[in-house]
Amino acid sequence: MKRSYNIGYYLSEGFRSIFTHGLMSFAAVCMIVACLIIMGSFSLVALNLERELGKLERDNQFLAFVDESYTREQAMALQSAIEAVPNVASVTFETKEQAQINYAEKYASDENAGLYSELPAEVFRDRYSVHMTDLGQVQATVDAVERIEGIDGHQAAPEVAEGFVVVRNVATAVAAILIAMLMGISLFIINNTIQLGTFTRREEIAIMKMCGATNGFVRGPFIFEGMLLGLFGAVLAFFCQWGIYELIVRAINSGGTFQLLTVIPFRELWLRLLGVFAGVGLVVGTLGSVTAIRKFLQV
Amino acid sequence: MIRLLDIHATYDNGTRALKGVNLRIDDGEFVFLVGPSGSGKSTIIKLITGEIQPTGGRIMVNGYNLGDIRPGQVPYMRRTLGVIFQDFRLIEKKTVWENLTFAMRAVGASPREIKKRVPYVLDLVGLNYKGDRYPNQLSGGEQQRVAIARALVNNPQMIIADEPTGNLDPTRSQEIMLLLEKINELGTTMLVVTHEKELVNRFSKRVVAIENGRVISDETGGYYKNEEII
Repeated sequence: MKRSYNIGYYLSEGFRSIFTHGLMSFAAVCMIVACLIIMGSFSLVALNLERELGKLERDNQFLAFVDESYTREQAMALQSAIEAVPNVASVTFETKEQAQINYAEKYASDENAGLYSELPAEVFRDRYSVHMTDLGQVQATVDAVERIEGIDGHQAAPEVAEGFVVVRNVATAVAAILIAMLMGISLFIINNTIQLGTFTRREEIAIMKMCGATNGFVRGPFIFEGMLLGLFGAVLAFFCQWGIYELIVRAINSGGTFQLLTVIPFRELWLRLLGVFAGVGLVVGTLGSVTAIRKFLQV
Repeated sequence: MIRLLDIHATYDNGTRALKGVNLRIDDGEFVFLVGPSGSGKSTIIKLITGEIQPTGGRIMVNGYNLGDIRPGQVPYMRRTLGVIFQDFRLIEKKTVWENLTFAMRAVGASPREIKKRVPYVLDLVGLNYKGDRYPNQLSGGEQQRVAIARALVNNPQMIIADEPTGNLDPTRSQEIMLLLEKINELGTTMLVVTHEKELVNRFSKRVVAIENGRVISDETGGYYKNEEII
């Protein structure tokens, strides 16, 4: 029972303390908001790229052509060797006759459809359609398959997939560096805010200790103050992020250049985003206050 | 009960504040601790409240052996004590009522316990109609009564009063001493540190005199004799 009275006390004292040195609290919340928005923006970009990559991966394949001197049996025997190549998810053998039919079907609606359908099967080669797991290794996989005896040439376009991978990796790296820097600054500001709180309340602290307050009881309000700062920052950042995301979605949907991209609707993301923001805000706030009171409140 | 056995205390700057002090205060006693500035009175209080550790000897405070007390137990030892200071040390931005509830909250008292205990203590110190006042709206004597109420509110076994009348005129000082005596009669052990010879001599209590870090006299029903240490 006593614990619940204490939590009420910690909360009210935490709130009071935030407004006692409002400017520092404001600075701390602003830093948390900035940190979370940058983290959120990069994460949302990465999430969207991940989805695009997922789509590409589902369609992703390249063709590995079989040496024309190989018989059908020899050609079909290559399947197990291709399947053994790392990053190969699945392999489908296609005869040149089937390839000719598929080709004609693909261009059936073209104005020169007749021309395509009349191509003889001999123009085509037996081939394997190779699906991959990781788009970041397209070139390495193609090279490995090419090295198999009996494979003579390929048809692949790794540039698009690898471009996405590069953008995703850059976004992740930049985000990680920025987040680390901003987290450090946020921790520093929260730490200073809490230190200021311990200084302004030093008489109260002395009286509490004299009355027999435990260390946990003396520290409680400062921990809650840090947690509240982190939580305020998280909620504010969430709403800012929502606004920014919707603006970007509108821009993409209305602009011609980006219409190839499809953006994940915010309604699919908001709960995860809020959870992550609240978690990070709480952790940063708690860490900032814990380090402050450990160092400067020897109780 | 308090027991100091051959206590030595030396500060970091090398000052030897106590040189083998022995003192025993039983439950329910009223003791004046007298002595000149720098004699070691404040050091004894700091030792009893666990603010500092002795460099030698043993201290027992209300069942706690302060020589091997764990840091986590110090707050619980302090709950057996109530401390009153010369400068009152009230929280200016809190009302009288809030100053007392603050002290009770610090030890995890429930709102129900607070609601029951605070009016009783305010009544005991004669401030039952001044709970909503701020400290700066009260006289010095009244502020010291609030400080006494705060010391009492958690029902300690012992009250330590460090120069409780140092900032008060003789009439208010007399009133405060009578109040402390009344509280003592209700069963709370009282240790009063003071310089005020006339006040000590007016009450026929046990007087422990300390000088240069040593107890120089300890008499029940005693007087503040040494003119030089006034």
